[in-house]
Amino acid sequence: MKKIINDPATVVADSLRGLELAHADLVTVVPDPAVVVRADAPVQGKVAVISGGGSGHEPMHGGLVGPGMLDAACPGPVFTSPTPDQVQAAIERTNGGAGALLIVKNYTGDVLNFETAAELAQAEDVEVATVVIDDDVAVQDSLYTAGRRGVGGTVLLEKIVGAAAERGDDLAACLALAQRVVANVRSMGMALAAPTVPHVGEPSFDLDADEMEVGIGIHGEPGRARLPAENADGIVARLLEPVLADLPFREGDRVLLFTNSMGATPLLELYLAHGIAERMLADRGIVVERRLVGPYVTSLEMQGMSLTVLKLDDELTGLWDAPVRTAALRWGS
Amino acid sequence: MACTAESVADAVRAAAAVVASHRDELVALDRAIGDGDHGENLNRGFTAVVAALDEGTPDTPAAVLKLVASTLISKVGGAAGPLYGTAFLRASAVVKDAAELGPAEVVAALEAALGGVVARGKAEVGDKTMVDALSPAVEAARSADSVSELLTAAAEAARAGAESTEPLVARKGRASYLGERSAGHVDPGARSTALILGSFAAGPVR
Ligand SMILES: Nc1ncnc2c1ncn2[C@@H]1O[C@H](COP(=O)(O)OP(=O)(O)O)[C@@H](O)[C@H]1O
Ligand SMILES: [Mg+2]
Repeated sequence: MKKIINDPATVVADSLRGLELAHADLVTVVPDPAVVVRADAPVQGKVAVISGGGSGHEPMHGGLVGPGMLDAACPGPVFTSPTPDQVQAAIERTNGGAGALLIVKNYTGDVLNFETAAELAQAEDVEVATVVIDDDVAVQDSLYTAGRRGVGGTVLLEKIVGAAAERGDDLAACLALAQRVVANVRSMGMALAAPTVPHVGEPSFDLDADEMEVGIGIHGEPGRARLPAENADGIVARLLEPVLADLPFREGDRVLLFTNSMGATPLLELYLAHGIAERMLADRGIVVERRLVGPYVTSLEMQGMSLTVLKLDDELTGLWDAPVRTAALRWGS
Repeated sequence: MACTAESVADAVRAAAAVVASHRDELVALDRAIGDGDHGENLNRGFTAVVAALDEGTPDTPAAVLKLVASTLISKVGGAAGPLYGTAFLRASAVVKDAAELGPAEVVAALEAALGGVVARGKAEVGDKTMVDALSPAVEAARSADSVSELLTAAAEAARAGAESTEPLVARKGRASYLGERSAGHVDPGARSTALILGSFAAGPVR
C-alpha cells in the first residue's frame, strides 16, 4: 500500500486538522469526539442540519459544512459510521433552539448510531428529527436486505435542506422537504478499480484489469453485476437506465443531473461521461435544468463514477440555487 | 462458584485479547462480505474497554458490564458498536446490583444481551448475523448448572452457530447487499460473538 499518510490509525484526525487550517473561516474542528462544526455555530433560531458517516467520502460531509448547508458533520473512521457521542456533541454545539435534523445514509451502522444519539438527545428535551436517504437503485429494496444505500443523492439533499434551514424553515418543514427530496432522487455507481482502506492495507475487492463492477456502493460493496469493462457510452447507459426506470423519470421532467467521481476518475473522463448522460436524457425528453459534476461523494481512491438524478420543481430549484459557502460547494453571496 | 466484578472484568480482558489476536481474521471475513472494518472496529473498542478497566474495576458485575457497554457504544461505530453496546447494556441492567453472578444470573444476562441485539437490529436466526451465534449460545447455556459449564456450552454453541452462517445468504447488514454472493463466507459478527463467548469460557471466570 502506498498512500500519503503517516499512520493508518490517525488518518482521519490528521486530515481533519488540515481541513480546519484550510477553511478556518468556515469550520471549527472539535477533535474528541470528532465533529466538524460551522464556525459561527450555533445559529440562533435556525434548525441545525447535521450529517455524518464514515470518512473516506470527502468532501462529504466535512467539506459540506458552512452557511447554506450543514451545521455539523460527524466523521467516523474510514468507512465506519460515527458513534452516538459524536452525534450528541454535534447536536449540543449547533442547536440554536430550533432543533436538529439528522441526515443519515441508509446503512445499518449509521442508522443504529444516529438512532441511539437521537434517543439520548430527546431524553434531554432537544427536538430531533431524522431523515434516512436511500437513493441507490443498485440494491433491491426488499425484506431480504438492509434496504437501499444512501449515496450521491445525499449531497443534493444536504444542499437543499441546508438552504431551507438557512431561510428559516422550522424542523417539521425541513423534515418534510427532506423526505420530498429522498422520494425524488435516484443514483447508481460503478467501479473500474478498488480503493484501499488505510487500516486494511489491501484493495477492498479484486477486479481484473478488464472487468468493471456495476452497482457498486461507496464503500466498495459489490453491486449488481461484474461485467467486462465497456466504453463510456456503455457505462453511462448501464447507470442511467436503471436510475430513470426506477422513479420513474418521464419525458418532460425537469431534473438535476449529478455526475460524480468516486475518487480516482479524472475530470477529463467525468465531463466526457456527463456529456453522454446529458445527451441520453435529452433523447428522452428529460430536461436537465441544473447540474453538478465532480468528486463529491468519493470512495477513497476508487476509480469509477456514479450518476444521480433528482426530479426538480420550482421550490427545489430555488433552494439549489440559494447561496452556499462550504469547502466544496460555493455560490451566491 | 460464582463470578464477581473482578472476574467479569477478567473475562472482558480475555475477550479483548482474543479480539486483538483475531483482528486480522475478522477484517478478512468482513472484507469478503462487508467493508473490511469489523476487526478494526472491535479491536478499537475493546482496547478502550481495557484502558477504562485499568483505571479501576467498578464495584459490581453490573457496573463492569455497563462500563463495557458505554465504551463500546462510544468507540466502535459501525453496526457492531450499537449492537454489542446494547447487548452489554441490557446484560448490565438485568443483573442489577448482585455482588456475584451465579448460573441463573449469567443465563439471564445472556438472554438480555440477545434481546438487546434483536431489539436494535431486528435480525432473526438465519439472517446471517451475530444473532446466529448468540441465539444458540443462549439456548445451550440454559441447560447447564454451573457458570463454567454453561459458558463452555454457550461457547461451543456459538462456535457452531457462527460456522452455520457460511452457506447462508445475508438478509441484514451490509452483507445483504451482496444477495446470493454472500453465501460461502462466515459472517464476521457471528465469528466475533463466538470468539468473545469462547474467551469467556476459556478465561479466568470460574
Ligand atoms: N441488523 C443486524 N442485526 C444483528 N447483527 C447485525 C445486523 N447488521 C449487522 N450485524 C452484524 O454486524 C456485523 C458487521 O459489523 P461491522 O463490520 O463492525 O459493522 P458495519 O457493517 O457497519 O461495517 C455483521 O457481520 C453482523 O453480524
Ligand atoms: Mg464492516
